[in-house]
Amino acid sequence: MSDMTEERVQTAPRLPAFIRRADPAVATAFGCIILLLIVGSIYSSNFLSPEYLIQQLKVASFLGVVAAGMMLVILLGHIDLSVPWVMTMGAMMACAAAGFGVNGHILAIPVGVLCGALFGLINGFGVAYMRIPSMIVTLATNVVAQGLMVLYTGGVSPQDSAPPAIRWLATGFIIPGLPNAVIVWAIVSTVMVFLYSRTSYGRAIYGIGNSERAAYLSGMNTRRIVLIAFVISGALSAFAGVLVAGYASKAAQAMGDAYLLPSIAAVVLGGTSILGGKGSYLGTIAGVILITLLQSILAVMQMPEAGRQIIYGVVIICMLLLYGRTPASR
Amino acid sequence: MKEWRYWLNEQRGTLMGLAIFILMFAVYIFNHPAGFTADVVQTAANKGVLLAFVAMAQTLVVLTAGIDLSVGMVFVLTNCIASYIVIGDTWETTLGIVGVLLAGMLCGAVNGALVIYGRLQPIVATIATAAIYFGIALLLRPFPGGDTNEDLADFLTGQTYELIPTSLILLLAVVLIVWIPFRRSVLGRAAYASGSSEQAAFMSGMPIRRGKFLAYVLGGLFAGMGGLFLTFTTYSGEAAYQSGGVYTLWSIAAVVLGGVSLFGGRGSAIGAIFGAFAARTTGDMLFVFDVDPLWQPLLQGVVLMIAVSIGAIDLLRVRNRLDWFQ
Repeated sequence: MSDMTEERVQTAPRLPAFIRRADPAVATAFGCIILLLIVGSIYSSNFLSPEYLIQQLKVASFLGVVAAGMMLVILLGHIDLSVPWVMTMGAMMACAAAGFGVNGHILAIPVGVLCGALFGLINGFGVAYMRIPSMIVTLATNVVAQGLMVLYTGGVSPQDSAPPAIRWLATGFIIPGLPNAVIVWAIVSTVMVFLYSRTSYGRAIYGIGNSERAAYLSGMNTRRIVLIAFVISGALSAFAGVLVAGYASKAAQAMGDAYLLPSIAAVVLGGTSILGGKGSYLGTIAGVILITLLQSILAVMQMPEAGRQIIYGVVIICMLLLYGRTPASR
Repeated sequence: MKEWRYWLNEQRGTLMGLAIFILMFAVYIFNHPAGFTADVVQTAANKGVLLAFVAMAQTLVVLTAGIDLSVGMVFVLTNCIASYIVIGDTWETTLGIVGVLLAGMLCGAVNGALVIYGRLQPIVATIATAAIYFGIALLLRPFPGGDTNEDLADFLTGQTYELIPTSLILLLAVVLIVWIPFRRSVLGRAAYASGSSEQAAFMSGMPIRRGKFLAYVLGGLFAGMGGLFLTFTTYSGEAAYQSGGVYTLWSIAAVVLGGVSLFGGRGSAIGAIFGAFAARTTGDMLFVFDVDPLWQPLLQGVVLMIAVSIGAIDLLRVRNRLDWFQ
């Protein structure tokens, strides 16, 4: 017996474990990051300096938090299109809460996140219990959130500057040299990785993404799982909105518009199947960094907005055609 | 069952759309200070026709069980193109119109090719192409501007015999020339069949790929007509990101109000037209009832959410618990 195993081990081509296990999509994404870094360093010598890279990570962390929530929803085979105004709402509500004295300052961040979670709850209820396609519900709640914010900002002139705590969270430093936003992103990521790999909830997400029917028949409360996923996604969007408000030191209308497409793109570029059930969080991190670097290079090259939009679209379609295709039926 | 009952069952969605529209429009007219005059109807028709074209474009894609989130951006892009080329004497204008419509069809063809031959999910594919189309529109018109053939524009947005809005006649012509033949063609039926059950349609040997592709191309054509008509109403082109998103959203609402099933295979573009007019009337209603402008976006959003939710609610179609999970 032992001879045979010995022989098989020797004849089989042995690649290092991390290469054998690597998801081709994640590997491609990381390859593209390296490619972008090389291209960028040819264009400008500052591109590889630590300060610049740290700055990129800081900018990426906002997108990273949104993408973490988006990935959860996409893994279920759904999508969350309410990101733009839920983000804006989170930021505005947090800034508004800060207007109420000391208590307001303490509660600012929880209030913002709770508002996001509330909209996530509406989304989740519509999708999981009322069985409305997620795209429709989230598009509609996005409009409702927008209406609420127009109403809120229109009549009075609300408190819109970010309180110090939020600013500190987005731009301060606990560890010298490493912005707090990056640490926040790292914490969110750690929790997500733990969720996916070590909890039954995380496994259930993958299960539902693959086949909700099978997941239901094996005794999972699929509707509650979907509901919670949307709540988390809404809360994370709003939290990212709070961070962006801290970074820009104020909440503004339409501040979330620039995050919807990139967050979906980051998740999809990281190899998560848009049909659900397949994908790794590492890939999403790669996707977020990839998108941020791409944006940064386009900005350094002084590409106008029009060109950026076109390049985004083309890059996403190319990546999708590479590994986002649905299998040929029949 | 009698033949007419089959027909009624098939047209139920469309008739519901018509009923909703008539009800809302009656309330609107009743409360309008000027009442039922040709001018009021003309304004309402011109605004409604814009959305109607986009909603028809959305319908064609939705019928194949897809969704087109780029439809608003095709509308904006063709508006920008039209503000350059639909100008000059009769020949130049005609060529310009043909060019704009071809551009719309090209956009639809790209979407269709990606979804059908590239096997991408319609949602992501059209989100990505929407970014591209908007980018091109912004490239063409970094600032609002441009011009159009004003004689033609005034004619098409005006009244025929000082009574009937010309835009409605135009819409009717488009339905008769493009939609009805498509609906009755083999490819049109294939598009319907593939939306209803792709497997069954394939097994029956229907040309589902060509049918779906044609649906996407015609969707682009309708969106292009919408963009063209927008140019005629505004005399200019503008790469407005907001308006693209709003039209995409309301096209979905109009489709649902018009009785088209978002799961594919049921409904008609005619229903979507009524849906579009009904959706437009909600906006006008808020105006007539003198709602505070600040409340309007929220109320419209709530109306949209309720309308779309009721139309798309799947719970009502569930026969047993396993039906929840397709």
